[in-house]
Amino acid sequence: MLLTATAARAGEAAPPEPRPPTTLDAAALDRLVKPESREETIASLVEATDVHALPILRALLEGNLYLGPTAVLVDREGALQDALTGAPASVDREQLEQVTINNRLRRTLERAVAALSLLEDSPSGRLAAVRVLQDNPGPEVLPAVQKALAQERDREVKEALRATAAMLALASPDPGQRLAAIEELRKAHAKRRLLQQREVEKDPTVLAALDDAVREVDLALERAAMVGLFFSGLSLGSILLLAALGLAITFGLMGVINMAHGELLMVGAYATWLVQGAFRGSRHFDWYLLAALPAAFLAAAAVGALLEITVVRKLYGRPLETLLATWGASLLIVQTVRVAFGAQNVEVSNPSWMSGGVTLLPDLVLPWNRIVILLFSAGVLVGVWLLLTRTRLGLLVRAVTQDRQRAAGLGVRTPRVDLLAFAVGSGIAGLGGCALSQIGNVGPELGQGFIVDSFMVVVLGGVGQLAGTTIAAGSLGVVNKLLEPWAGAVMAKIVVLVFVILFIQRRPQGLFALRGRALEEG
Amino acid sequence: MSTAIVTLGSSIAAPASPGRRLYPPRVWAVILAAYGIVAVAIPVLHLAVPASSPLHLSDYTVTLVGKILCYATVALAMDLVWGYTGILSLGHGLFFALGGYAMGMYLMRAIGRDGVYGDPVRPDFMVFLDWKELPWYWLGSERFLQQALLVVLVPGLLAFVFGWFAFRSRIRGVYFSIITQALTYAAMLLFFRNQTGFGGNNGFTDFKRILGYPLASPRTRVVLLMLSATLLLSVLVLCRALVLSKLGRVLTAIRDAEDRVRFCGYDPVSFKLFVWTLSACICGIAGALYVPQVGIINPGEMSPANSVEIAIAVALGGRGTLLGPILGAALLHGSKSVLTVAVPELWLFVLGLSFIVVTRWLPRGVLGLFWREGRS
Repeated sequence: MLLTATAARAGEAAPPEPRPPTTLDAAALDRLVKPESREETIASLVEATDVHALPILRALLEGNLYLGPTAVLVDREGALQDALTGAPASVDREQLEQVTINNRLRRTLERAVAALSLLEDSPSGRLAAVRVLQDNPGPEVLPAVQKALAQERDREVKEALRATAAMLALASPDPGQRLAAIEELRKAHAKRRLLQQREVEKDPTVLAALDDAVREVDLALERAAMVGLFFSGLSLGSILLLAALGLAITFGLMGVINMAHGELLMVGAYATWLVQGAFRGSRHFDWYLLAALPAAFLAAAAVGALLEITVVRKLYGRPLETLLATWGASLLIVQTVRVAFGAQNVEVSNPSWMSGGVTLLPDLVLPWNRIVILLFSAGVLVGVWLLLTRTRLGLLVRAVTQDRQRAAGLGVRTPRVDLLAFAVGSGIAGLGGCALSQIGNVGPELGQGFIVDSFMVVVLGGVGQLAGTTIAAGSLGVVNKLLEPWAGAVMAKIVVLVFVILFIQRRPQGLFALRGRALEEG
Repeated sequence: MSTAIVTLGSSIAAPASPGRRLYPPRVWAVILAAYGIVAVAIPVLHLAVPASSPLHLSDYTVTLVGKILCYATVALAMDLVWGYTGILSLGHGLFFALGGYAMGMYLMRAIGRDGVYGDPVRPDFMVFLDWKELPWYWLGSERFLQQALLVVLVPGLLAFVFGWFAFRSRIRGVYFSIITQALTYAAMLLFFRNQTGFGGNNGFTDFKRILGYPLASPRTRVVLLMLSATLLLSVLVLCRALVLSKLGRVLTAIRDAEDRVRFCGYDPVSFKLFVWTLSACICGIAGALYVPQVGIINPGEMSPANSVEIAIAVALGGRGTLLGPILGAALLHGSKSVLTVAVPELWLFVLGLSFIVVTRWLPRGVLGLFWREGRS
């Protein structure tokens, strides 16, 4: 701002000229190429918001403006044109003189180009232009910003424009305008600008308003941070839920813990990666997840079924040995993947519709991929609920969970139910892996560390209880994230683990106890 | 279902029939011969035989044998709680590591001025973190006796408190296993933090001396090896006496039918708590002997995978046999040190398969292959 002020004064000192140009005509162009009147001309063109000047100013900024023998020329991708008319010009390049700019002018020019781009670019281009103006403000762009604000349709750009206008207006000499600007900046949570103004502000009324605004912004930021934490807690909870759902079913049904459950997540994530590879280069790439979901489910279900047939079934009635054997299976799966696909993480990219986020508040962006996963895990939960309550398999699973011997006595083929339930539970883990691949690294060690967390969810929620599992996953996730700011990520995890250990002392059956005979053998 | 478990469990690892000696004299002869080899022959071959001779044992071999002896002691302690009492702990590595850390604290202080920063009091990592003085829990750690006491007390106290809560609320079976895994996992995360004051993820290393004797010298190494062998033998004798006693028979009864033991008027909680705490103390001592021999202790020792390996060593050798776990630990860690050097990719396959093979086809472990203990 100081720069432009001195520049304006320098302009005043210059020999009297006709009034500064408001449109880019021949006279204005003449003044533009002359170093001594250049800055003032740019400023006046921007103040007049003449969008026709934009191509010329851009050319000047990029060093594509030339002084020819007869006219000012623009180099457009190698072809020379007359700057005013746009007519092709054939001039020997030897005779051209590049119009050069210095660093100080570059900032003015960047500001000018950004201000004028506000009026015509695409929404993303406009947003980028606003950001330029916020970093590099100057009073002459205010009319352009206000004009753009009046015609802007895009919500995000409009918000940013409003904040920028306020930032510029804060430099206004009129205290009333400054107060209005403070009000706007408070809404936009532009704390940095408010603090800057507090350093230089003299007017006591405005100063009081500034203090109030800063305080309110602080409060709002705190609130936004809380909402953000809560959301990331829910997001973590949704992932825990996907990881724990399958475990809850098989643990409730068979009383065994599948220590390779985390590795089934990893299998699902790798299946997603393979499907993504098959879709690469296709124009349907954005929809590869639709194909990846069944692939992840089937891959994990197949591995799970194999595990059930070769290991779990053979160790029936010896849950501790099952624990060890499935741990061994998890080592085998991890090492197989490492040998087959390498020990490095593989790259799984979000489809374009999952990137970006929803801006809830100026400081709170909820990423789309997390929202999608939250909804997805809710969908999976509903699916599992329907499966357990509305299908014949679900009926049998519930019967065997509650009383295996009586169910078998009534003719239920329990080994078949075990196998199917184990495969379905594994498949759900595969879906979880597919979801995980969208927010984190995919590598052979992806599943490790999930077993403790998901078992905590199962234990906390009560065995074989969908509602309990859901609430436990959600609350573990939220509590974990809420503890993080004051305890640090590691301490938060330790606190939660200790809490669960203590909790089981009080209620070994979890939040929701299932009344069944199977549990008494725990 | 519960009856099925009971019959299966008791047929898999039948306890010694009352009044019978656990091993025939022949076996005791083998045990004493093995002790003689480790405690006498290896030191002689290491110290007295010149390095040029093919009979000379390298530093590496001596350290490896010492390491295996420590692991075998832990496996023995594990057999006490798992093989005889039916409590599968997936957190025994924590007690081992805690004993190691207690000893490591002394060893760090014994470095004295020979550290990188040459600080006479603070270990290097504290100087590096710019801590001005020792945290309270480091007070007196330069005294060997105090730390030697802590080697037993810290794991013992933790096991006692944890076990008291867990056994009193009748947490059993897989629940207990997973909770112990969570415990060691939480402890690992805690020790990984620099602020915890135990050297973060680097842990303790670069030890120089123990009780004034340089750790790098072959003599110190051999003494530590002999101590480890003696520890193992004493723990074996202690465990044998324990499992043959009346107490041991109650423990076996708890393993096979805890509820019936309670109905008979015994309180399983105190029995379990006793054997659980004793087991943790033994692990602590083993860890304390392990650290000066390998020269490093870091939170990786607390990783769940390490604790599961202890359990599989026991299962591999044969549960409820006392000798089996020693054999299992030797087999597991011997092949680990060979394979991870020769074909590193293969080791995890071998380890993973051994879990499955042992649990499916060798429920009584390797020992069960040629030694039928429960014959009538």
